[in-house]
Amino acid sequence: MSRHVLSVLVENQSGVLSRVSGLFSRRGYNIDSLSVGETEDPKVSRMTIVVRGDDYILEQIKKQLNKLIDVIKIVELDPQQSVFRELAMIKVNTTMETRASIIEIVSIFRANIVDVSNETLTVEMTGDESKIEAFINLMNNYGIVEVVRTGLTAIERGSRHIKIQTRSEEE
Amino acid sequence: MKAAEAIVKCLINENVDTVFGYPGGHILEVYEALRKSKIRHVLVRQEQAAAHSASGYARVSGKVGVCITTSGPGATNLITGIATAYMDSIPLVAITGQVNSTKIGRDMFQEADITGATESFTKHSYLVKNENDLPRIIKEAFYIASTGRPGPVLIDIPSDIQAAEIEKLVIPETVNIRGYKPTIKGHVGQIKRAVKAISESKRPLIIAGGGVLLSHAEGELLSFVEKTGIPLVHTLMGKGSLPGDNRHYIGMIGNHGFSEANRAVAKADLLIIIGTRVADRAWGGISDQTNEEARIIHIDVDPAEIGKNVGTHIPLVGDARTILTQMIDRVDRVDTDEWLKELKSFKKEHIKRKKEKAGSIDPKYVIETISKKLDDNAVIVADVGQNQIWAARHFEDKIGRRFLTSGGLGTMGYGLPAAVGAKIAAPDRQVVAVVGDGGFQMSLYELGTISQNNLDIIILLFNNSRLGMVRELQDRYYGKTNAVDLDKNPDFIKLCDAYGIKGVRINSDSELEDAFETAIRHKGPFLLECVVDPNESTIL
Repeated sequence: MSRHVLSVLVENQSGVLSRVSGLFSRRGYNIDSLSVGETEDPKVSRMTIVVRGDDYILEQIKKQLNKLIDVIKIVELDPQQSVFRELAMIKVNTTMETRASIIEIVSIFRANIVDVSNETLTVEMTGDESKIEAFINLMNNYGIVEVVRTGLTAIERGSRHIKIQTRSEEE
Repeated sequence: MKAAEAIVKCLINENVDTVFGYPGGHILEVYEALRKSKIRHVLVRQEQAAAHSASGYARVSGKVGVCITTSGPGATNLITGIATAYMDSIPLVAITGQVNSTKIGRDMFQEADITGATESFTKHSYLVKNENDLPRIIKEAFYIASTGRPGPVLIDIPSDIQAAEIEKLVIPETVNIRGYKPTIKGHVGQIKRAVKAISESKRPLIIAGGGVLLSHAEGELLSFVEKTGIPLVHTLMGKGSLPGDNRHYIGMIGNHGFSEANRAVAKADLLIIIGTRVADRAWGGISDQTNEEARIIHIDVDPAEIGKNVGTHIPLVGDARTILTQMIDRVDRVDTDEWLKELKSFKKEHIKRKKEKAGSIDPKYVIETISKKLDDNAVIVADVGQNQIWAARHFEDKIGRRFLTSGGLGTMGYGLPAAVGAKIAAPDRQVVAVVGDGGFQMSLYELGTISQNNLDIIILLFNNSRLGMVRELQDRYYGKTNAVDLDKNPDFIKLCDAYGIKGVRINSDSELEDAFETAIRHKGPFLLECVVDPNESTIL
């Protein structure tokens, strides 16, 4: 079961998210993460969906998604040709003794500290999943209070971009 | 103009002359507008029937079927009918009332999230939030329902939106949905590959599905078969795609199909699958024996069906009729004489009834008899269960005949309301509803609709006082039965009499011909009840 990252352009309308997520549960597809937001065109949203499945399932997912009227375009992103990022916020237990070493790790990871209290420190970081996993692993030594992750979002490298084609009906 | 009047104007613009429905508190405005219009409203007795009737209407008229109900229970009662239409790809537009748009989500009286509830079995749905969107939405709904792979579309309209004023009604002339551009024409390169595969085949076979009928490709298919000499089997939904007396006609495949048809699939070296997803019931009993070497051409308007249930070597996405037309000029005759001879040798003599059983009728004999007596353009609507399989196996297909049933969802209770829709779509054609005593009682209430509209429908009831197909399954798997006994059935003749519907009960094969003649001659609805042995088998 390999992992695939799909970029899905959809109409920016209510009900779309429910249709897409409903499709996954209805047909029994596994979804690792789904993130969604408006694009350069306010009428279009872009979903980044991370799915697991073999070639058969992946093909079915793409075809079934394409059947949804609100889905405009689906592109599977090539990991070699794309930048994958996720944002995570991690709240860690701190003491006078541990604070300095946590801050050191945060700076190694080029993460940001967004909140500090007597007992905790909240770190915001972006990166691909392995970077975030590695950071969380290290923070486990200090005691993690909370982790919040956005799920993967992705864009193609270079000048490549996803265009909305206008196909003629008879194509 | 009130939005409700605009809705009705938009329906008329879509060529709608008949709708099936049931009024209620949150659809009052639309009903008031309907009252003032020329659209015929057929009042059903329960909303599920409105969807089934619209489906029967759509299948016989070739138009989009329309049903209208109120919010909440009116809408939720539609669900089974919508799901039934979805599984069989029937073009429907369902219009439901909804509570006031400003109150949605507060669990108001008769509020139900119907767009959410039907999400997985509508082709698309709309919850209307602005009355000015209505003309576009209705235009789109009919377009989506009827193009590509047809299916049901639901429009949920809050009561305040129905009552709102629209300044000027402008109905768009065209539809442009960037996420919905169905492929109609077949890819020329793929067609060339398909034609080559046909020319190389020794034992080609067509598997025709419901898509052939949905795209009205029967004529093109007949020409294709005649030109190439390729034999044909069909699925339950594909029944009627080729006349039964054509020499290339082999029969119905599937769990309940004919063994010669299933064996044909297993023996073929090229399968040309047209307009069918080849679902489990059609492929059952074949998949283990299929020739591994067989090549498969799959023609379907829905690309998601290609490769879903059966592997495909040559996918051909597009409309069945268009693709057959594209192919006809390119294909040559295949020498299938030996292959046809072999296929005909598979055909067993129909097992004739050993001897007449006292007090019960042979349902297969009944279907064979009525098939001979009915017109060449008769419509037969089968419910679900043993009655459905008896009808499917023994009703002879002819050009112009239609066989309707709930093939995908297998919805008991479909038969009677679908027959209502069929009759209203084609008042001049004979319509027979074949039902069992189980499915009949699921839609008994529609006797009211049939009586009120004096619909000239023959209800052919096979009464075996059992849920016969389940009984058979239980018998086979457990050796015992449970919850299939309908022994305290009402007297259906008296029941129909209470509705003002005439009827006759017969107990022996010898009474059939006269009784059926009476049923045909009778103007208006007629119940012909055939008493069937509770242990009657589906196939043998």
